[in-house]
Amino acid sequence: MVRYAERHPILTAIWVLAAAVLLWAIFAPWPAGLEDVMGRKKIFLNALFNGVTLGALYFLVASGFTLIFGLMKNVNLAHGSLYMLGGYIGYETANATGWWLLSFVAAFLVVAVLGILLQVVVFRRMEGQDLKQTLVTIGISIVIADLMLWIWGGDFYTILTPSWLTGPVELPLITGVSRRTGEFIYLKYPIVRLVILVAAIAIGIAMWLALNRTRIGMLVRAGVDDRDMLSATGVRIQRVFILVFAFGAGLAGIAGVIGGTFQSVAPGEDLRFLLASLVVVIVGGMGSIPGAALGALLIGLAEQFGSVYAPTYAVVLTFLIMVLVLAFRPQGLIAAGR
Amino acid sequence: MAVTDEREAFQSPWWDVSRIPLHLFVVGVVLLIIPLIANDFIVRQIFSYAFILGTIALSLMFLAGYGNMVSLVQMTVAGVAAYMTAIFGTSAIDTISLGWPWWVAVPLAIIVATIFGTLSGALAVRTEGIYTIMITLAIAAAMFYLVRQNYTLFNGFSGLNQVNAPVFWGVNWRDPAPFYYLSLLIAALAYGLVRYVSRAPFGLALQGVRDNARRMAALGFNVTAHRIAAYAFASFIAGTAGVLLVWLNGQVSPGTIAVGPAIDILIIAVVGGISHPIGPFLGAILYVLLRTFALDVLVSLGLSGERFQLLIGLGFLAVVFFSSDGLLGLWSRFRERARRDPVTGERREE
Repeated sequence: MVRYAERHPILTAIWVLAAAVLLWAIFAPWPAGLEDVMGRKKIFLNALFNGVTLGALYFLVASGFTLIFGLMKNVNLAHGSLYMLGGYIGYETANATGWWLLSFVAAFLVVAVLGILLQVVVFRRMEGQDLKQTLVTIGISIVIADLMLWIWGGDFYTILTPSWLTGPVELPLITGVSRRTGEFIYLKYPIVRLVILVAAIAIGIAMWLALNRTRIGMLVRAGVDDRDMLSATGVRIQRVFILVFAFGAGLAGIAGVIGGTFQSVAPGEDLRFLLASLVVVIVGGMGSIPGAALGALLIGLAEQFGSVYAPTYAVVLTFLIMVLVLAFRPQGLIAAGR
Repeated sequence: MAVTDEREAFQSPWWDVSRIPLHLFVVGVVLLIIPLIANDFIVRQIFSYAFILGTIALSLMFLAGYGNMVSLVQMTVAGVAAYMTAIFGTSAIDTISLGWPWWVAVPLAIIVATIFGTLSGALAVRTEGIYTIMITLAIAAAMFYLVRQNYTLFNGFSGLNQVNAPVFWGVNWRDPAPFYYLSLLIAALAYGLVRYVSRAPFGLALQGVRDNARRMAALGFNVTAHRIAAYAFASFIAGTAGVLLVWLNGQVSPGTIAVGPAIDILIIAVVGGISHPIGPFLGAILYVLLRTFALDVLVSLGLSGERFQLLIGLGFLAVVFFSSDGLLGLWSRFRERARRDPVTGERREE
């Protein structure tokens, strides 16, 4: 970091200035002039928080996608379907047992088992044929989507949050000054979203630690770099594949429960989250977990700020980010470690 | 994948009918007399529709078969042409449509679609191979969401309707028979063009890039330029088909360019076979027949007619699993087997 600052003093100054402005915009009460231009501070803060929490959700979906892609070079276009299946399973579990936390376990297990089945029954048979694998995932996603439509119909399902997580919590962030009393008004934000954000960060850190500090993580990283060499050293690479596929699919399942909790599960969501993970992975860098985190944060923020400040062109903003990244850094912002 | 077909001998001049192989001749005559023997529904909703879908899928086949670039953006390119035909020409939404005559609107629409497709291609070729499918899928989906949300130019969710085919030379081209011949002509021209380009220097260079990009670059070919040019050519074909598509349906809406149809085009091309330009048309006929009659078949099997997608998905999976080259692959395998002696497995003399 110090070396970066020494090499690019002007760029560093711009970054620091931008960070300072952002921090000031978050913490300080806004003067009236700024509110005239940007709208109320509450709207800005809400967009920021919604963007970050949406980014957390995107991260969970996209990290499984990028992990599978990085190791097996398999563009799993059925990933959105796995996400949606997780949402439905979570809904059914929460409805039947009343335990919100249990629905995560159930969704993870069911979707992970489906992932193992896919890897063992389908993808192992066509190893090395990237295009064929991708085409097969398209077929599978069509079949799964229609089966889910058959079972659950076209209704919207929302997973109810448990009582200890419902309601807003007051954050120490000033949104404005009350006209009558002159007291500061603080931001109120749904507690469940904050919990999910913290959980996503925790999962991300755990994943990073597992990848960089454990033996299995070492095998996975080696497999990303050169899977033939890894299997030549005597590692049973098929087991690593199954493990990674199960874990990536399970993450999509967990993300489905989260998405079903703070949005809803309905036909068409599979496509939305597939698109989101595609863009996140393209922006962040294919096969890289930190890249997925950065990309998810960027896309989540872009989507929320876009829909607040330029509703018609929110999608275009997301897309523009992708175009810019492809134009200047086709390998993604953080390319997979080589 | 078979790269080039053997050239026909050049002994007789091109207008000599006897040069045409017999089976092509029969197919051509049958296609020409279909409007005389079939009813309007079959002519319009099955054959014309299949020709249009086949032409769009042909543009994908060109990119995938000769350039190894599986682009999911072809339906979107056709959709852009369809939208532009409605915007430059006439539609029921006269606040958006400019009302220009068709001979201005149609070329402009095709040009805009070609530019759109070329730009998408220029983005997609920034990366290689399997990434293409991801990037083009993202472009297609982004375009779908843009069209659905934008009301000033694309009229949002409901799209533009009452886009009629023009009337000229005393013919109403919206009638089933004239429209059939128009789409047949465009499909045949596109087919011939693709076959011609596949053997022209450009097409051969593109196939070289597909097989070994690095070696072609070392030989002095500009790999990126060839790939982008392939996108431009394919977009031109897809855009032309898109104009026909809006004339056939009479309207264009976000549903036309949703991700579902984009994937359907891929399915058509892959099921038909992407090694030869005839594949997409076979796939399109099969797809349209399935789409039209699956309801009756499913109901007769005791299933709900809504499970059409399931049928398509399972059929697609089966084809991808068992044949690397769709129906064409199955056909050539069948012919190969028929040629072999059933006992010894050796090739029979013909």
